[in-house]
Amino acid sequence: MEKFTVHKGLVVPLDRSNVDTDAIIPKQYLKSVKKSGFGPTLFDDWRYKIAGEPGMDHSTRELQDDFVLNKPQYQGGSILLARENFGCGSSREHAVWALTDYGFRAIIAPSYADIFFNNSFKNGLLPIILSEQIVDKLFAEIESTEAYELTVDLEKQTVQTPSGEIYPFEVDAFKKHCMLNGLDDIGLTLQHADAIKAYEEKRKQEAPWLFAS
Amino acid sequence: MTAKTLYDKLWDAHVVREEEGGTALLYIDRHLVHEVTSPQAFEGLRLAGRDLWRKSSILAVPDHNVPTTQQHRGNGTQGIDDPVAKIQVETLNKNCEDFKVEEFLMDDIRQGIVHVIGPEQGATLPGMTVVCGDSHTSTHGAFGALAHGIGTSEVEHVMATQCLIQSKMKNMLVSVDGQVQAGVTAKDIVLAIIGEVGTAGGTGYAIEFAGQAISDLSIEGRMTVCNMAIEAGARAGMIAVDQTTIDYIKGRPYAPTGEMWDKAVAAWQDLVSDDGAKFDAVVRLDATKIEPQVTWGTSPEMVLPISAVVPNPADESDAVKSKGIQDALDYMGLKAGEPIDAIKIDKVFIGSCTNSRIEDMRQAASVVKGKKIADNIALAMVVPGSGLVKQQAEKEGLDKIFTDAGFEWREPGCSMCLAMNADRLASGERCASTSNRNFEGRQGQGGRTHLVSPAMAAAAAIHGHFTDIRNLATEV
Ligand code: SF4
Repeated sequence: MEKFTVHKGLVVPLDRSNVDTDAIIPKQYLKSVKKSGFGPTLFDDWRYKIAGEPGMDHSTRELQDDFVLNKPQYQGGSILLARENFGCGSSREHAVWALTDYGFRAIIAPSYADIFFNNSFKNGLLPIILSEQIVDKLFAEIESTEAYELTVDLEKQTVQTPSGEIYPFEVDAFKKHCMLNGLDDIGLTLQHADAIKAYEEKRKQEAPWLFAS
Repeated sequence: MTAKTLYDKLWDAHVVREEEGGTALLYIDRHLVHEVTSPQAFEGLRLAGRDLWRKSSILAVPDHNVPTTQQHRGNGTQGIDDPVAKIQVETLNKNCEDFKVEEFLMDDIRQGIVHVIGPEQGATLPGMTVVCGDSHTSTHGAFGALAHGIGTSEVEHVMATQCLIQSKMKNMLVSVDGQVQAGVTAKDIVLAIIGEVGTAGGTGYAIEFAGQAISDLSIEGRMTVCNMAIEAGARAGMIAVDQTTIDYIKGRPYAPTGEMWDKAVAAWQDLVSDDGAKFDAVVRLDATKIEPQVTWGTSPEMVLPISAVVPNPADESDAVKSKGIQDALDYMGLKAGEPIDAIKIDKVFIGSCTNSRIEDMRQAASVVKGKKIADNIALAMVVPGSGLVKQQAEKEGLDKIFTDAGFEWREPGCSMCLAMNADRLASGERCASTSNRNFEGRQGQGGRTHLVSPAMAAAAAIHGHFTDIRNLATEV
């Protein structure tokens, strides 16, 4: 996993709540057996005029001009700003892979759906929770500022605006540790293989039917 | 001893180790696997040179993009037209072979939707932790299990370690008190709950469903309710174990037998919340007031009783919410004030992990019996949840009732629930669907989905529009 320490990037405002994972990456692309290549079809239904299919050349498809990702001023954006309950619906990690493959490193929203939130951390995409008021303010500032960039500092747990305002955010200590160091959490868990085996031995006594098949 | 909730008990029994900051390593008893969210996990194991921790905990099945027409089934994966989908199913087959995992192949009678076959086989048992790379894994909570959906990285993590790194969720009790009226089904109960709690109301919680209306439900009905916990934002939904649970499991292929069965049943008696256990949030609904439900918008919380009219965005004072209503009405092609029971539909889909079990088939068939689908219905299809459900339904003659009425009777799979296979809506088409998500484009780009119970979907097929199924003479 790519490390996340400090990231400064252009912010893309997606002014919607309840953005579901079906919208982030439509189902026809889930047939892939790979983790990469989902960027061009991120927000596919909103981004293009006509529905796409896997395997086509997405660079030649007609764009939906008024969708935020297609606006010239937001090209190269790496921080997504959205409203509450981002990433709800299906558990598909493809949604996170599409966001990172496109180039996003962080998302800012007032709240996230649980599974999406977890999936993000596993892929070096930092989901930041800021209050509705602050998110409102950020949307307004982006409106009125050209090339609006934010600086995210995971170590300090802060988001800094161009005018120097600093917003702190909360993050789970374990997740932060893994992300700062780009750690593979399977490797970390396997360090406790003995504890897992001991647990299994104990459970086999208590509830042997769980190990019958 | 402090009083514990069912969730507390399930959690405590599975903690292998607590990490700093409140996360824990949680042991996983059952891992269900399907073709869409597993290929990258198997690939990850290969790349790292890792093997599965406990192969016997895994049961795999292709379901999401298998074709459901007879002509495309049989002879393994040969019938799948879509080359990309075919590769995915073949990849699952190969992975299961390479890693020696048990899989129900496409032409196995036991094949079906992953959340239907687990319980049907007795592979889901009370007191288990159950995971699957699919958000509707909450279904299995109907057995007093801790069951939730996980992402693909977590699938790989469970494969390699048998554990999940988890933080404990909060406890929510949703109690549906009293008895429902005739014609009101499990689906109506859960849609009413989502209408009350909202699509994000359960975020961060494990929900326990309780109350008389819930314990009156069959196991099939309980699975319908728990299935949609995720639509209220909760990763896990669960229901306490009682005699109904135990009767359902007895004799199933993967269930314990003999002396082991007796021991298991004794242990399962404790899978209830203790008197006085503390919940962080409590929601109560009066079952007697729940009407048959129909969603009108593009989120499951946009739901109303059959007697209501389509909402008016002007009546909503919050500007963001008002815009949300307007956007949904535009997408759905509905007008404020239109009666719900006047909405005409084009297609009907009875199936999905929410409503494709034998009881759902029976409910729908009882409405359809002896009638014909309306002229404005372009397609009405019934997709049983598994080969065994299909077989049982055919034994009872239900397939005949459906086909006589003009329905198509299909092979098991996810089908039009997410339209990954050939079954999908065209842009602008309106569908009465027994599935669980009415998001934009879920059943095909531009498609319009109304979530309803199997009885309501059947009635809509017959009448061409929604109707109050409580007024139908049939027993549902
Ligand atoms: S039936 Fe629908 S919701 Fe259920 S597992 Fe299949 S695609 Fe997912």
